[in-house]
Amino acid sequence: MDLNTLWFILITVLFSGFFFLEGFDYGVGIVLPFLGKNDAERRQIISSIGPFWDGNEVWLLTAGGAMFAAFPNWYATLFSGFYLALVVMLLALITRGVAFEFRSKIAEPRWRNFWDWAICISSFVPALLWGVALVNILEGVPIDRNMNYLGTFLELLNPYALLGGVTAVALFTVHGTLFLAMKTEGPVFERASALAKRLWLPLVGLLTLIVGFGYLQTDVFTRLGVNPGVAPIMAGMAALFSGWLITERRFAWAFGLMGTTIVLSTVTVFLGMFPRVLISSINPNYSLTIYNASSSPYTLGVMTIVALVFVPIVLGYQIWNYYVFRARVTRVAAHEG
Amino acid sequence: MQALDLARWQFAITTVYHFFFVPLTLGLALLVAIMETIYVRTGDESYKRMTQFWGKLFVINFAMGVVTGIVQEFQFGMNWSTYSRFVGDIFGAPLAIEALLAFYLESTFIGLWIFGWDKLPKRTHLATIWVVAIGSNISALWILIANSFMQEPVGFVIRNGRAQMTNFFALLTNPNLLVQFPHVFFSGVLTGSFFVLGISAYHLARKRTTDTTLFRRSLKLGMVTALVAGIMVALVGHTQGQHMVATQPMKMAAAEALYNSEDPASFSLFTIGNPSGSQEVFSIRVPDLLSLLAFNSFSGKVQGINDLQAQYVKQYGPGNYIPPVPLIYWTFRIMVGTGVLMILLALWGMIGVMRKRIETQRRFLWLLVPAIALPFIANSSGWLMTELGRQPWIVNGLLKTSDAVSPTVNAGMVLFSLIAFTLIYGALMAVDVFLMVRFAKVAPVAEADAENNGQIAPESAVAEVY
Ligand code: HDD
Ligand code: HEM
Ligand code: HEM
Repeated sequence: MDLNTLWFILITVLFSGFFFLEGFDYGVGIVLPFLGKNDAERRQIISSIGPFWDGNEVWLLTAGGAMFAAFPNWYATLFSGFYLALVVMLLALITRGVAFEFRSKIAEPRWRNFWDWAICISSFVPALLWGVALVNILEGVPIDRNMNYLGTFLELLNPYALLGGVTAVALFTVHGTLFLAMKTEGPVFERASALAKRLWLPLVGLLTLIVGFGYLQTDVFTRLGVNPGVAPIMAGMAALFSGWLITERRFAWAFGLMGTTIVLSTVTVFLGMFPRVLISSINPNYSLTIYNASSSPYTLGVMTIVALVFVPIVLGYQIWNYYVFRARVTRVAAHEG
Repeated sequence: MQALDLARWQFAITTVYHFFFVPLTLGLALLVAIMETIYVRTGDESYKRMTQFWGKLFVINFAMGVVTGIVQEFQFGMNWSTYSRFVGDIFGAPLAIEALLAFYLESTFIGLWIFGWDKLPKRTHLATIWVVAIGSNISALWILIANSFMQEPVGFVIRNGRAQMTNFFALLTNPNLLVQFPHVFFSGVLTGSFFVLGISAYHLARKRTTDTTLFRRSLKLGMVTALVAGIMVALVGHTQGQHMVATQPMKMAAAEALYNSEDPASFSLFTIGNPSGSQEVFSIRVPDLLSLLAFNSFSGKVQGINDLQAQYVKQYGPGNYIPPVPLIYWTFRIMVGTGVLMILLALWGMIGVMRKRIETQRRFLWLLVPAIALPFIANSSGWLMTELGRQPWIVNGLLKTSDAVSPTVNAGMVLFSLIAFTLIYGALMAVDVFLMVRFAKVAPVAEADAENNGQIAPESAVAEVY
């Protein structure tokens, strides 16, 4: 395996980790105003992700940095091409980050309510946009011979892509709801587990639809060799099995399996692209690949050494972090901090 | 306006804004870590309250640093895609390493610190804030490695029209970095110190707090670190100036509004140039001083703007190689001026602290409150001069800013994002200042078991974040 492939895999891992982790805190944010009926409950909900969301977001920053370092042309084309979408996403991420910090600082109910809704919307928007972006990336976008994106913002919002957006929102919402069912007690726990149960079937419906569309609109599934491919089949099975676990009220397992669905779906997208990183809808020869988009072998070599040394360390202390805050968040504890 | 100008405005506004919060994070993290260390060593509850009081302000600021940083991470690709393709081989590496080494550390351990007061053993909890402090500075180190490459490209070759890395260690030991990092580190400490000084002085001067010990001790600590950091910033800055004469003579000439080469060169105290910026109209100068600053000797030729322009035309082809002189000239003076002022303030305060009469010097204490603004002014001026002085180059001598912009992002799109970022940043600044002032004004109550005073629980205020 060459270094280009290795870095493609690493970036796949980073995005999978990002969607798994930030996926549940987007979901928790989305359901916050609906599952928390009063201030104490909302504090309980936010406290469940309080120590984690920032560390989760760094997965995205690292993925972005890794794209820049290993495949600068991918970084340049993608982010200049999806400019307006990214601006909207950044505005949401800014709002979200400060909202967590600001809401608690003043006890005024209107202030808190404002920031709670800000958290909800600014969690919803990136979830939607990620779904839209991934579908577009799979479908292919107009990229010219100079690796520049020629399309517009509105072109990104085609029906299949919007379906992708809605599916991502649903997937993250269920994932987040299951996280709450795993991490909280009392009324919030009851509502979260009920909501997860109710949302599960619509989610499976959406997932089926998106796969169906995928056959019609992209070459992903046919390219995966085993038709339709191991990763998507396992992803689907994990989602189904997760539903059974929800009815059995084994929420930690259900959460883990829903996370598996997210990870394997991400892997499916990346496998479907490989060895391309951005598919040109104008001419297949204009597509960016792990070779024409990459850094020099020297840089890839340096980065490989750095990654091999530090990724295990990072994983180690992130796991420790989850271990320290492993206890369920009760309403009283959230109150006392 | 063209997409290029708008993109430059956007980059300038968003980075300067990011750098309002960054130096305070760098400095305050260190000070809070020192406070908690004293608490753990002595067991004195007053230091715990002190740690939590400043910690609360630190956390608010930190959040702002984080959210503004996210925009920076993607802006190179969004607005400067040609640049990203040109230097990605070199520039992406430190950025990725920064995320891997520093951002994970900071973001994970700040969570452990905030929420871990009751969950972690004392010493482990102390360790988490040190990790945050060190992590922030590691982050500064790596981003400055990237920035230093733009100031002084090293360890690369140009191949197929792109810069390619040939020596990673050359990047890490970039001579520009060796002066830039200490300057930024100490300016961060200075920023944290003046922040602590101003707020402590406010409470001591108003005499409304029951916990004077907390603020007296904070003031003392801040005074020591301010003095040390102030002197170090100036000393390192001086070395930086010397380095600049050697590597970016045009920047130095602009900073001094020195139009024609001089030997020995005089130092300008005040210069007015003609509108096109090619000639001086009026100036007050100290003879020989610039040569002294640049070379540690009373003679030595400092090159002037016009000679350098002629030389660069020969070297790089026709074009204007003169950066915006008045801006650079004045931002340099503002930085150095506020720096000197801060050293004087810290010296004066230090004498008061040593004679144990600082608390009665009410007027001086009140002076320290607006002085909180000084390091912020100095930081912004410093960056403006560093980055503007490099123009027209985005990577010194290799790529011009005008050639670096994204070709597919049009003016309308940049205008939209520029307005959106400016509006949201403006609103956040208002909320941030409002919260900072509110929390800074709340005087902690001396007794550990005091009642929750209104909205803010004094004791476990840091732990009780949500
Ligand atoms: C000298 C220091 C310095 C400089 C010049 C910059 N930053 Fe910064 N940045 C920091 C020092 C820092 C920090 C101290 O590490 C911050 C501020 C508060 C914080 O949370 O971390 C931070 C936060 C921060 C974050 C959020 C990290 C997180 O989620 O924890 C990102 C993505 C960036 N920065 C990226 C950048 C980029 C791309 C820059 C170049 C234009 C940049 N920063 C300039
Ligand atoms: C945080 C401190 C920094 C501040 C306040 C700052 C400020 C500025 C300003 C004011 C400009 C505009 C110059 C102009 O348009 O003429 C600029 C340009 C630029 N700086 Fe920085 N800078 C900082 C750090 C960095 C770092 C660390 C990097 C790289 C790692 C960087 C990369 C750039 C780039 C790519 C440009 C070109 C875009 C432009 O010209 O606007 N800057 N910076
Ligand atoms: C007191 C005397 C000072 C001197 C002689 C001095 C000198 C310098 C010089 C020469 C540079 C430009 C380096 C370059 O572009 O290559 C610079 C940049 C800078 N200065 Fe200062 N400085 C002083 C005080 C301060 C103070 C008090 C602060 C902030 C609290 C500060 C913050 C900065 C920053 C943030 C930069 C940009 C980053 C960099 O290039 O290092 N400086 N300074």
